[in-house]
Parts: sequence; C-alpha cells; structure tokens
Amino acid sequence: MILLGREKPYRREMTSGNLAFAEAMRQINPDVVAAYPITPSTEIPMKFAEFVADGLTDTEFIAVESEHSAITACVGASVSGARVMTASSANGIALMHEIFPIAAMFRAPIVLGLVNRTMGAPLNIHCDHSDSMPERDSGWIQIYCEDAQEVYDTVLLAVRLAEHRDVLTPVFVCQDGFITSHCYEPVEFLSDEIVRNFVGTREPFWPLLDVDVPVSYGSFVMSEDYFEIKRTQLEGMSNVPRVCGELSRELAFVTGREYGAVERCMTDDADYVVVVMSSAAGVAKDVVDSLRGRGVKAGCLRVRMFRPFPYDEVRDVLGDKLGVAVLDRSVSPGGAPPLAAEVRTALYDCPRRVPVASYIFGLGGRDFFPADAEMVFEDLAEGRSGFAGYIGLRDKYARGRRAV
Amino acid sequence: MVDMTDGAVEVRWHGRGGQGAKSASAVLAEVLFEGGKYVQAFPEYGAERQGAPIRAYNRVSSRPIRRRCSVQNPDVVVVVDPTMVESANPCEGCRDDAVYLVNSPDNAEALRERMGLPESARLLAVDATKITLEELGQNRPNSPLLGALSHVFADVTAEAFADHFASKMKNLSPKLIEANRRAIMRGREEAVLV
Repeated sequence: MILLGREKPYRREMTSGNLAFAEAMRQINPDVVAAYPITPSTEIPMKFAEFVADGLTDTEFIAVESEHSAITACVGASVSGARVMTASSANGIALMHEIFPIAAMFRAPIVLGLVNRTMGAPLNIHCDHSDSMPERDSGWIQIYCEDAQEVYDTVLLAVRLAEHRDVLTPVFVCQDGFITSHCYEPVEFLSDEIVRNFVGTREPFWPLLDVDVPVSYGSFVMSEDYFEIKRTQLEGMSNVPRVCGELSRELAFVTGREYGAVERCMTDDADYVVVVMSSAAGVAKDVVDSLRGRGVKAGCLRVRMFRPFPYDEVRDVLGDKLGVAVLDRSVSPGGAPPLAAEVRTALYDCPRRVPVASYIFGLGGRDFFPADAEMVFEDLAEGRSGFAGYIGLRDKYARGRRAV
Repeated sequence: MVDMTDGAVEVRWHGRGGQGAKSASAVLAEVLFEGGKYVQAFPEYGAERQGAPIRAYNRVSSRPIRRRCSVQNPDVVVVVDPTMVESANPCEGCRDDAVYLVNSPDNAEALRERMGLPESARLLAVDATKITLEELGQNRPNSPLLGALSHVFADVTAEAFADHFASKMKNLSPKLIEANRRAIMRGREEAVLV
C-alpha cells in the first residue's frame, strides 16, 4: 500500500528515456549495480554512477571490464539477496547471453534496462529489436516501452514484479535506442518517498548469504532432476499476467497511469488493425486518428509485454478483424518475424481465419513515417496477407513509396 | 507566427557538430515546456565530430505528442551556421508557409532571394555570429537565435530564454551570464523579418 507523505507527490521535468531510467534507479536505491557502458544505454550507468559518487544512493556500484562480467556480478549479488539492476544494449546484450538463462533459472530478480540497438554488422548504433528478440527464450520477462514516461513507470513496476514470490523472474525493461532513450520530453516523476514505499525492500527467498539456511546455486544436476527444476521456472513466468495486473493497478493508484500487456487504440470496432511495439506505435496511433477522421475503421494494437506473450488479449482484440498487419522491427532469417509468429499463434485458435500481413520495418534505425502506416492500412483494405514486404527500404525490394 | 491550435509545430535545426544546435533545441523545448506546452527535442545522431552537418528537431503542441519519427515537413527551420544555407538544403520538405530563422551576415532580402523561398514563407535573418563575437568573444550563435525565436513562438519572451539560461548555468560567472543575456536580447532586436 502506498502512503502519501508530506513531500510533493509529483514533479514534471524535461528528461529522456535513459535519464528517466537512471532517475528511477536513484529512487529505488538498489543494493548492487554492475554495469559496462555501451551506446545507446551508456547514459544509464553514467548518470547512475554520478548519483553514487554524489552520495545520493547506498548502492555498491561495480565498474566491470565487460558486459559478461557485469551480468555475472549481478547474478552473484542477486542470489546473495541483493536488489540488483543494470543496463545494456546490442552486442553488450549478446555478450551477456550466456548468463541470462542462468539468472532466470536461479530465479534471480534482476531488472535490466535494455535500450534496443541493432546487432550489426555493419556497425550501427541505431534502433531495432535484433538484440532483445534473440533473448526471448532466455527466461526473462520482456516489457517494451513507448516513451520515457512509460520507461520510468515500468522500472518501478519491474522491481516489484521480478521479486514477487510467485514470479521470481528477471525483467528486461526495453526502450528504443535514441528514438526514446535520447528524446528529450516531459516526464512526471513520483516523490522519492512514494517510490520507496512502492518498491519497499527486497525479501529474498533462499539467499546465499543466509548462513542459518545454507543453500547452493549452480549445482551439477543430471537428467534425473533437471526437467523438474526447469518446469518450476516456467511456473514463475506463467504467474506474471496475474501478478503484473495486480501491481500495475497498485502503481496506477498513485500515478494515474495503468499499463496492460497490450495497449488498444480504437481497436474495439476496428476493421483493420496494425500491431506494433515500442516507439513506432506513436505514428501508428496518429494515423489511426486521421483515418478515423476519414471514416476508415482503423485501429492499433501495441504489444507491450512480449514475454510472457499475451496470447489471450491479442486473440480477444484481433479475433474478429477483417485484416491485421504485424510490424516487426527485427528479422528471423529463414523464419517468421518474431512478433508476426506470436500473433499468428494467438489467432490460430479463432473459429474464423483472420488474414495477417507481416512487414519488416525500421531495421538499423530506419525511420517509420505516417505515410508508411497509411500504406499498411491501404494494403489491409485491399486484402493483403502473408509476408507483405519491407517498409522504408530504399531499393527495388521496397514495399510502398519512399524516395531514393 | 506559428499556430499550435491544429496539431504540433515542428522545428528542424541545421547546424554543425559543436555549435550547439542540439543544446539550443533542448533549451527551446524546456522554455516551451515551462510555458505549459507538450514538447519533444531530439537530435539526429550520426558520426559525431566537430563541424559535421547535424540536424535536430522539436515538436511543440498544446496536446500530448505521440509520433517520434524525424520531422519531414517543418513549420520552422533554424539555420545555425551561415554556410548551411547552401550546403544543407534547409528548404527540403518545408511547408510553403514555413518560417526560416537564419544566422547570416547577409541582407535579409538578398538572402530570401538566394534561398528561393515561396511567397508565403517568412524569413528572419540575424547575424548571430557577429553578436556573440561581440558579446561573448566566441562564435556561439545559439543565444541570439533563441532570442529571435521569441518572434516565432509568441507565447515566449526573449527574457524567458535569458532567465532560463541564467538558472541552468549557475556555475558560469555573472559576467558571462549577463553577456549571454545581452546576446539573447540583441538576437530578438536585430532579427530582420522579410
């Protein structure tokens, strides 16, 4: 329960996605942060290190020599009972990959700010989801934010969600590199007191440092027991929708902002819906509004939680539509794009077949404009389905009109 | 000069790395935010090096702003470096009634002619480089340009930019803060509208 104190409960300030994340970290005051900087998430550990140096937190800040060491230190601290946070992007995430499933299997409730950036080559610092999507099977919760306000709110939520007894699962709080991380915009911050009341302190289960109840992590386990242990991890993930719903309502009680696993924009009576994640949803929602003004029943569904994937909500929203377009900001070479694959899976159980058109957009930071979203809605009206092309590409394989 | 009743006003800045176009776009956003507007400020991040052409953007609205793509059809264009009138194509994609604020030592009419602006466009020319060389002893054209922007965003006074600068830059010497204030006010006064 959140208690309102004497302190002014809110302040609105200009900030960015990265700085909002760092400010949330200062307020949460985690026990341990181990981080290694990489563009475009660099500002998160940079700003947080400044808070530590200024004595504004009690955090043990561990400056390590690589992302692999960063996440390894985080896992060690987390299973010892500490509240732990870090941040990374792109190749930093890839270097952490070996440790991610271990963190999830240890049920180490780490919160990681994942600022999406393409993996390259060629070397590129800009946004797509090719760093986070390969981690979808690592056992971490994945939440994708649209703007800096949502980043801030989600960090607070993620701490409670990860540490909840029925969940005990680490969380990626994702935001689009540069587009969200470096855009300067107003954010409403809660007071330190409200944040600290909301996040409380971590009550670890089976911490390594509890000498009265000795436990062991990382033991050798053969085929006799491994499968059973793995299944308990899946149980934690399956509890996420319920726990996340409860915590979101609790947080919304003070913020006035409640986020679900999906965000519906004019979807109820829509004929055609565009499904998209993260920052590109803004353009799609603007286009929905302008199309509505012209009498087109357009809608936008933003998928915010990718793991666990909200199959039920997606089916409920899209099951009766005339056409659905799924916009993926990453590719799975030789396979279905990740979001399209999930949406199609969600729709398989519908009594009526819903046509799904799948697009690739925004790779390596390629911009996504209103004209692009309009083209997608035109395609849907013409009954397009299946793989529908590359939006914003500048060669002969492009779908739509883009000046070369 | 710009109307915010019908959606967002979009601003595009043309500058060179190190000239402070990014900072100026952030200051514009902050001052308009303090005036109760919804705002965005975001630069285009490329290979960051001194002198390389860069773009930065603003959106300003009386309603929440959702789109986050770069600005394609700006209402306002600010040219921070005089050489970029020719090299950066500041008119690209602009609305016919766009407002151009250009740092230039040239005669405003002649500049307008050279840029080939359509009839409904407006041009504000100010020699921001000269002003800052005189007031600060450095080529930092930001301050006068922000002062001149108070003509474009009628809700904001040049004083608001000066006060904002003073409150943000508390660690600067009072002398330097005063010099910046003069540069901002001169930017407003010396801008020529054609």
